[in-house]
Amino acid sequence: MQGSAGKDVITTLIVAAVLVWALPLMVETYTLTVLAIYAMLGLSLGLIWGFGGILCFGQAAFFGLGAYTYAIAAINTGESTLPMILAVMVPGVFAALLGAMMFYGRLGDVYLGVITLVVTLILFKFINSTAGPQYTIGNARLGGYNGIPGFPTLNVPGRTDLSIWGDGLYYFCAAALLLVYLGVTWLLRSPFGRVAVGIRENETRMSLIGYDVRIRKTVMFAAGAAIAGLAGALFANWGAIVTPGLFSLSQSAEIIIWCIVGGLGTRFGPLLGAAGLGYLKFLLGQQSMINNTMLMGLILVLFVLFLPRGVVPAAMSVWRASVGRPRRVGRAGAVRRNRRKDRVDG
Amino acid sequence: MAEPVLETQHLTMRFGGVVAVDNVTFTLRRGELRCLIGPNGAGKSTFFKCLTGLLTPSEGHVLMQGEETTGWAPHRVAALGVGIKTQVPNVMDGLSVQENIWLAARRFLPSTQADAKTREVIERLALGQIARTALGRLAHGERQQVELGFVAASDPWLVLLDEPAAGMTAGEVARMSEVIHELNRTAAVVIVEHDMQFIRSIASRVTVFHQGAILIEDDVETVMSDPHVRNIYLGKKA
Repeated sequence: MQGSAGKDVITTLIVAAVLVWALPLMVETYTLTVLAIYAMLGLSLGLIWGFGGILCFGQAAFFGLGAYTYAIAAINTGESTLPMILAVMVPGVFAALLGAMMFYGRLGDVYLGVITLVVTLILFKFINSTAGPQYTIGNARLGGYNGIPGFPTLNVPGRTDLSIWGDGLYYFCAAALLLVYLGVTWLLRSPFGRVAVGIRENETRMSLIGYDVRIRKTVMFAAGAAIAGLAGALFANWGAIVTPGLFSLSQSAEIIIWCIVGGLGTRFGPLLGAAGLGYLKFLLGQQSMINNTMLMGLILVLFVLFLPRGVVPAAMSVWRASVGRPRRVGRAGAVRRNRRKDRVDG
Repeated sequence: MAEPVLETQHLTMRFGGVVAVDNVTFTLRRGELRCLIGPNGAGKSTFFKCLTGLLTPSEGHVLMQGEETTGWAPHRVAALGVGIKTQVPNVMDGLSVQENIWLAARRFLPSTQADAKTREVIERLALGQIARTALGRLAHGERQQVELGFVAASDPWLVLLDEPAAGMTAGEVARMSEVIHELNRTAAVVIVEHDMQFIRSIASRVTVFHQGAILIEDDVETVMSDPHVRNIYLGKKA
């Protein structure tokens, strides 16, 4: 296990180094930066849904909270270090409270989906209605549907005169994504992560073994929200403006599509789905012939019909078949086949 | 006489107007192995669920080693050192046998000790051949054995088993009996069961449920020869 973990980290570092170096040769760093942020956001839902079994329809709420927290704190403090920390903590604490209410209240999956969806809508409506001058936090006006522009963006800690911008922001976001990815890997290999996967598989049995499922699901939910909050803060820095659109339902739906397309229950799948579909959206944004949203819907339908496990698990199955590694297991249906193995390896 | 490890006092469970468990007072003593039998709808499984925390009784008390556990959530009951196996195999289908049993062992042990415990249980239950197989791909009897592995991995002082032999082959039932006897060396055991041959092979004392209440409690041969029991449970010709 230890050797396997070390190999995993080294492989991740090598692949990340190659990608960070090679991708700017093909795509602008400005675009790559937002793709890295999307990848982090995809990974946040991939963690709680794919490994924790919590389908959250409101991941955009935490993304938006992170972005707004950063913007408001940056205006009030005039620098970026504390706002970045707050942008991770505020969504994390908010999700912990929301999660505790849902999981200790023994709400089923459907109600959980409805509540997270409604919370996102409430935040969207609320932020949209804060156009008046009375809606200020410290020196920051919330700005309603116009959002908050003109806040201080990332700077070197303690040096407000040294901004992290352009290529610097790209490398910063890539490093943050790498750290989050390694953190998620560590979490999933830890006893907490293994128990979380057990809870995803059978909540009742884990409870009968003696695990308090509620606290573990709450912690997992909060961890996913904290990652989404970090992605939101980076997005605010990339765009230099935050708007209520961050809380929108379409944003939440997109994150779910990224995870399904990339491959749920893998670490790399949601990341790949987010970056891949994000880039496709970027390319489609440069033309007006095909409707962007319609194409996203079409992609989702095609994947659900023809590649329900997503790109990464399917690619790994093909890889295994081509190198001829014998399957250790082999009596169940095609959908179940190798799913667990993919989840561990992915 | 050994001290009681499990007691219920006037335990009652109602579902609307239906009384599934009716004022049951029950005692299980240290080292005892007791089978709960009764016809379908007698209230055995509901009683079992009240013990494990899967249901909160309408009235009465559950005490484990003298501690009131009435209405506790299942994880709190299990955390006391109670091994539980439910009626339908309740396992983590997407995980391997090894990982399933490790999760049970890890609840009470640090990781390295949990690894050792997992190997020990796999060997004890002769699950080595399928240790790396996902549970979703195993036969019913194998899944039942893995669930018993959960119980063995937690070194319990009280074991609650709901129909452990259901759907198993004769060989699997024999191995299951051995494991239950092994568990009974260190733990008191309650088994809800229908299979009379299996009950004869493992139990000395039997409690018969009928219409939610305890009808009779005695040694297995006395119970089997009781005309009332034969009438309501086994049928007159049995």
